[in-house]
Amino acid sequence: MDWVNAVVQGVLLGGLYALFAAGLSLIFGVMRLVNIAHGDLIVLSAYLALTVTTALGLSPLMALMIVVPGMGLIGYLLQRAILNRTMGEDLLPPLLVTFGLSVIIQNALLMGYTADPQNLQAGDIEIASVEVGSIALGVMPLIVFATAVVVIAALQWMFYHTALGRAFRATSDNQDIAQLMGLNRAHVFGLAMGLSLAVTALAGVFLGIRTSFDPAAGSARLIFGFEAVIIGGLGNLWGTLAGGVILGVAQTLGAKINPGYQILAGHIVFLVILAIRPRGLFPRIDG
Amino acid sequence: MRDPILTIDGLDAHYGDFQALYGVSLTVEPGEVVAVIGANGAGKTTLLRSICGLLRNTPSAIRWHDKPIGALRADQIAQHGIALVPEGRLLFPSLSVEENLIIGGQSGRTGPWTLERVYTLFPVLKERRNQASTSLSGGQQQMVAIGRALMSNPDLVLMDEISLGLAPVIIRQIYEALPGIVGEGLTAVIVEQDISKALSVSSRVYCLQEGRVSLQGHSNTVSREDISRAYFGV
Repeated sequence: MDWVNAVVQGVLLGGLYALFAAGLSLIFGVMRLVNIAHGDLIVLSAYLALTVTTALGLSPLMALMIVVPGMGLIGYLLQRAILNRTMGEDLLPPLLVTFGLSVIIQNALLMGYTADPQNLQAGDIEIASVEVGSIALGVMPLIVFATAVVVIAALQWMFYHTALGRAFRATSDNQDIAQLMGLNRAHVFGLAMGLSLAVTALAGVFLGIRTSFDPAAGSARLIFGFEAVIIGGLGNLWGTLAGGVILGVAQTLGAKINPGYQILAGHIVFLVILAIRPRGLFPRIDG
Repeated sequence: MRDPILTIDGLDAHYGDFQALYGVSLTVEPGEVVAVIGANGAGKTTLLRSICGLLRNTPSAIRWHDKPIGALRADQIAQHGIALVPEGRLLFPSLSVEENLIIGGQSGRTGPWTLERVYTLFPVLKERRNQASTSLSGGQQQMVAIGRALMSNPDLVLMDEISLGLAPVIIRQIYEALPGIVGEGLTAVIVEQDISKALSVSSRVYCLQEGRVSLQGHSNTVSREDISRAYFGV
């Protein structure tokens, strides 16, 4: 039963990893941008939520009402003001700029909040659980997992059933021709980054409730996000959810064998999948 | 003679250090079809790319209703009512046939062209509206590309080599649709390899040679000798 429990907890943890990954997957899919600062933006969202909760006395979940649109706006402005200037045929300049951004965010957080670990206090809901058979499921992990499923479903729907999704796909296919359709590429990219960071805000707040964080906590989250995207297959959002779940289960099973193996087990499963299926388990089918 | 809607005056266009157009001047009057002919590499596609904003130039080199548009972005030019049917069709592979048409119309310009009108013009597209655009034959893809441009209800449509790589029967079918398209008050600039086709559908013709205008005239009065001289420079 312990093993079943480990698998179930791993699946729920996978929901958090899918939220780490969904924003990465979105911007890579729309504009081939590899965002090295993604993990730090997750941590930045957690700190923003910390400030909102202490300043306004809101619970972290209520703080989402401010942090999610706030990060969305930051994403749009970041793309329009900085990242768009680096976009082109070459993938390297935007990658280097986001690397620099990562360093800046970490150090700014260090100056603003010190290196002390922080966490977000959500109250009783943090320790609440429901019994299913002999397994206790935490209410927060269930909320996180359900949020991940809803976010992925909503992004999928947006991509295939709305004008914005059509604009994203068209711009991803051929930027010049999309421009001829009256779509301003700079604006479309800004919207994609805004949406990506809005999802990131959710991930950051859930991270901060689950565990403590400090200004340097971003890089591990970036790796988990990348691993979930690549396990699932680039450009496939449901694949990203599956990738997050596989990574989560691998980590909890690893921790079950030996607590020291948690992170290692996740990386090993990632490497094995990369070796066997270099395009991920569910690559997007295209010509 | 009416006031031209498009005036190009001394246009120089560059790709990096390479100069592709030298002082090209051209006018388009409302309601006419202007053909641009010339050998490969003469600068025909560069000219269309400059007009539609994919290649940015000095503002006053291209004027639309006397407004300088040479330096605008492609999406701004599209909002002014200039649409391009690009060489090689270049449909969006991630979009279905119908989505390719809808995205052409998303700029919000209104006019006679709607999804239904495009389906009336090319009925085969209606049957295949939900298919991936890449699953269509070359001719059908060309119909989507033309329909996509029309969906923005442009005042001027630029067509780049719409017969390239298509079977003669399909080419005839597409050109037979052209009068119905221009009949809606639309003006067109067509770039065409097939000179007799270009002359038969247009009222005026320009020939480019190595980035310069080597001949201009009325399509029914230019002689074959003049054209071959302008074409090959002999």
